[in-house]
Amino acid sequence: MEKNMKKYFPVFVLPTFVAFTVVFLIPFVLGIYLSFTEFTTVESATWVGLENYIKAFTQDENFKNALWFTIKFTFVSVITINVISFFLALLLTKALKGTNFFRTVFFMPNLIGGIVLGYIWNLLINSILGVFGFDITYDADFGFWGLVFLLNWQLIGYMMVIYIAGLQNIPKELNEAAMIDGASPFSVLKNITVPMVMPAVTICLFLTLTNSFKLFDQNLALTGGAPARETSMLALDIYNTFYGRIGWQGVGQAKAVVFFLIVAIIAFVQLKITGRKEVEQ
Amino acid sequence: MMKSKISHWISFAFLLFLSLVFIFPIYLVVINSFKSKFNIIGEPFSFPDEDTFVGFENYIYGIESADIVGSFFRTLIITVGSVVAIVVLTSMTAWYITRVKSKFNKWIYYLFLFSMIVPFQMVMYTMTSISVKLGLNSVLGIIPVYLGFGSGLSVFMFSGFVKGLPSEIEEAAMIDGCGPIKTFFYVVFPMLKPTAITVAILNAMWIWNDFLLPYLLLGSNNKTLSVAIQLTMQGAYGAIDWGGFMAMLVLAVIPIIIFYLFCQKYIIKGVVDGAVKG
Repeated sequence: MEKNMKKYFPVFVLPTFVAFTVVFLIPFVLGIYLSFTEFTTVESATWVGLENYIKAFTQDENFKNALWFTIKFTFVSVITINVISFFLALLLTKALKGTNFFRTVFFMPNLIGGIVLGYIWNLLINSILGVFGFDITYDADFGFWGLVFLLNWQLIGYMMVIYIAGLQNIPKELNEAAMIDGASPFSVLKNITVPMVMPAVTICLFLTLTNSFKLFDQNLALTGGAPARETSMLALDIYNTFYGRIGWQGVGQAKAVVFFLIVAIIAFVQLKITGRKEVEQ
Repeated sequence: MMKSKISHWISFAFLLFLSLVFIFPIYLVVINSFKSKFNIIGEPFSFPDEDTFVGFENYIYGIESADIVGSFFRTLIITVGSVVAIVVLTSMTAWYITRVKSKFNKWIYYLFLFSMIVPFQMVMYTMTSISVKLGLNSVLGIIPVYLGFGSGLSVFMFSGFVKGLPSEIEEAAMIDGCGPIKTFFYVVFPMLKPTAITVAILNAMWIWNDFLLPYLLLGSNNKTLSVAIQLTMQGAYGAIDWGGFMAMLVLAVIPIIIFYLFCQKYIIKGVVDGAVKG
């Protein structure tokens, strides 16, 4: 069969692979090269070595601020989203009335796009702060917590349905046997439920980590970085460097390479750590 | 027994309260979309009354001023076109590189995998300048761009499914004289259907809502819904017509919610399958 198929490579693989090469592979390699150059267009690049990387870390307060803001934001969001969605999944697998309705409602925000979500929350938060005479751009803390609430609202339902699927895979006999042996509900949760849903935990941590770290649309729509770039996350800061600062495109590209490396390391380390804790089934 | 009944009711009441919290932001946008623009800032929480209610005035303004109808159809064409291209072409690719075992195909597979962890900003500038040079900055031209960006996850998911399929059926079809193309579309693709639905849903949700890629490639000439909303806000420099803007947000959200309520089962299943296999 393989022999028959071999000459069909152009039909089966080429269309996808050409598109992939043109919009991803070539831009990726070119992007790494350009991070070591100064350029205003792709053709006008001149080699400057590590200068862009040095500039990004020494002459650009916005970048360091964005990096720190993104780390804080990711830390808080990952914990709150996973704790709340896991708790809701536990409640919704207890055969309560209205489970389907609740699942529908909690999942719904996940379908709305980041830009629209950002402006919906912009209205809500400014309406509440307006009572006290503030708005969201008044203080960077408002923007920070606004983004945390927004992302919780968006991702809780998504993570919840993954945890529900994980919980439903636990054999009922396991819980019953533990109960008969006199285990308390808390020890069942700690010793049976959590270890058994570890695969779901791995996935949810990965999804929330990468989604929080790479957040762009919601950031742009909710705060736009205001006040004074203090609530810019990394993706938005890189965008602003490329399109808002003439002559700094090389620095923007260097920041993007750093951004890529951080995301790759986070993804790799996290999958290694939680992957090890999964129970063999 | 009594105790568990009470705790049931407490859980139920809690979930009901939380549902209201979840719906509240959307409720707020909807009520304000029916109020006069002067009554939104200052009294955002009040329900429209005879003084503030303006009927569909905001909707008419929103549709006329921001080309919402055009943006809607543009977004629809781009989403449907890209999803069809992704589902058909990446499933073909995945089947081929899984069945024809060569070093080269293995490399291609790993490249697709690798692309999944690379953030968009890494290729944002270079991809945009290449795409513009190739003339891909049009409503139809952006479809191959989405094919390229969507191929990582899609090839990965289809490959995972193909690996679990026995190849005997395909071999039998080929011995009976079916060429690889016929074999794929008559024998393999029907078996891939569950994965195809998952891949279609995940990509549709992403492309429909995407902002930065259409903003960079299509800009203000060919606005998609997300771009239209962002440009309305950007172009207003703070002097925004809040009533019209609220109506635009509602118009952008309604099609998704209707679609969701009808296809909920598939969407949730698709998202869970996508996550578990991805």
